[in-house]
Amino acid sequence: MVSAMEIYMLLPKTNCKKCGLPTCMAFAVGLLSREKKIDECPPLIEEKKYEAKLKKLREVMAPLETASETGLIIHPEKCFGCGNCVVACPVNVAAEPTRCGVGLGPQGDKVILRVEDGVVICNNLKECRRFGPNKVLCNACTATCPSKAIEFV
Amino acid sequence: MAICTGCSLLCEDIELTVKDGAISHVRNLCRKGHGHYQGLLTQRARPMIDGEEVALDQAIAKAAEVLHGSKAPLLCGWSNTTLEAQAAGMSIAKKLGASICDTSPPCLGTLMERIISGSAPTCTLDDVRNFADVSVFWGSDPSNSHPRHLSRFSYYPRGEKRQKSYEEERTCIAVDVRKSATATLCSNYYFRVQPGGDGEFIESILATLDGKIPKFGEKKRMIELGTILRKAEYGVIFPGPGMLYSLQNKLELFETLLAKLNEIATFKVVPMVERFNSRGYYQLLHGPGNSLAAAAKGCDAALVIGSDPLAELPLATARALARVPLIVIDPHRSLTVDAASVVIPSAISGMEAGGTALRTDGVKISFEPIIESDLPSDEQILARILEAI
Repeated sequence: MVSAMEIYMLLPKTNCKKCGLPTCMAFAVGLLSREKKIDECPPLIEEKKYEAKLKKLREVMAPLETASETGLIIHPEKCFGCGNCVVACPVNVAAEPTRCGVGLGPQGDKVILRVEDGVVICNNLKECRRFGPNKVLCNACTATCPSKAIEFV
Repeated sequence: MAICTGCSLLCEDIELTVKDGAISHVRNLCRKGHGHYQGLLTQRARPMIDGEEVALDQAIAKAAEVLHGSKAPLLCGWSNTTLEAQAAGMSIAKKLGASICDTSPPCLGTLMERIISGSAPTCTLDDVRNFADVSVFWGSDPSNSHPRHLSRFSYYPRGEKRQKSYEEERTCIAVDVRKSATATLCSNYYFRVQPGGDGEFIESILATLDGKIPKFGEKKRMIELGTILRKAEYGVIFPGPGMLYSLQNKLELFETLLAKLNEIATFKVVPMVERFNSRGYYQLLHGPGNSLAAAAKGCDAALVIGSDPLAELPLATARALARVPLIVIDPHRSLTVDAASVVIPSAISGMEAGGTALRTDGVKISFEPIIESDLPSDEQILARILEAI
């Protein structure tokens, strides 16, 4: 996953404040949290000398576009379908304490993560603790993944 | 609800949708189980004699004829088939005076014998979920071999006495030659051993448990491991093929460690067998079993069921087996099926045929067929061979 520093290195680094933020570093953090867009940096778009940087930045930012509202990215090709995240997710356990709580696969549709056709899929994203303005930076699903198939932006 | 026969955990919470005789959608099945069923449905075996397709009855009659005419028949495989089929196989072996063996690592039989006879303390995986606070994966990588092991039993679920589970109450330790997927989950509690160095590692643990300074390995780390094991309330060791291959004939060392640990705390052993009914085979056999390498060299005909020995065994043993006429009972195509003189296709256990099997911890699990099939089950085929010989 790309870091704020890597994004910063691809920005003009002039701190021109045209984007409305005080520094380019702040803009890089804004891009990573998806509060800002690349087009909001006028020098990068307009000036020709930044063309190569802009192209590289778009490439780097492309995987972030597939992330969900909570910043969750699932790589199905890496997933083992082990269900560690399904059992570890606190919302899943609260939704089905007699199933997810004791290690069984969920039966209902209230859970966020579940394993279908051998790989994990995500549903009911609004229930996730990372959703909305009062989010908690929970990482139960990423910390328990043996193959790094789940990531947060 | 269906039972998955992809590995020896026999997961019971699989939800399937069957459409036009095939599985269209499945929930709670891991990638390994999903691949297992997809692979079985793609390349089905056909009844054959010497490379020519024949009727099923002819293939069974020919198999009985070959076995009957053989002086030293060998019956091998057995780990991917039901308890009923294994029992029928044992009857055939008794009637023919044939030797019977499976394709597991050579010392698994010795470990299984100790566990089944009760000389090594064991428990069920449900006990692991409810009571265990220290799980040691030794020479095994369940994230790849038994994907749902950690999430169903050994680390992540909340149990009767372990409500705070992996967050506070459970410790997971990996002892391996490489940093496996399971070892990454154990973070600080991954202990690397040199290939073949498991014996030295055990000696080091024994030394730390006695309060001495270990001779081998990083001293600080070994003392840290000794402290965790000493403080455990209910520990479980999961020995995998890595440890068994490394220890070979020195399994007594492991037993010494187990006895020492049980003086301090409760420690159990649950084997990590690969195939879905290996445990059942050893339970029926009442002994450590024969060596396949020796049996393959001395036989003059072999019946292979529920395994693919030519692809899995060491080259010398596979070559010895390939030179004799092979009778293969298998639902799908494999290297052994391609090289066989007689091929008898069977229904897939757990999908097209029901039966019972023993989970890796010895719990009996029954399953029903999910999809209808015209093919006979392993048990029916063996019963017909038994009648004909």
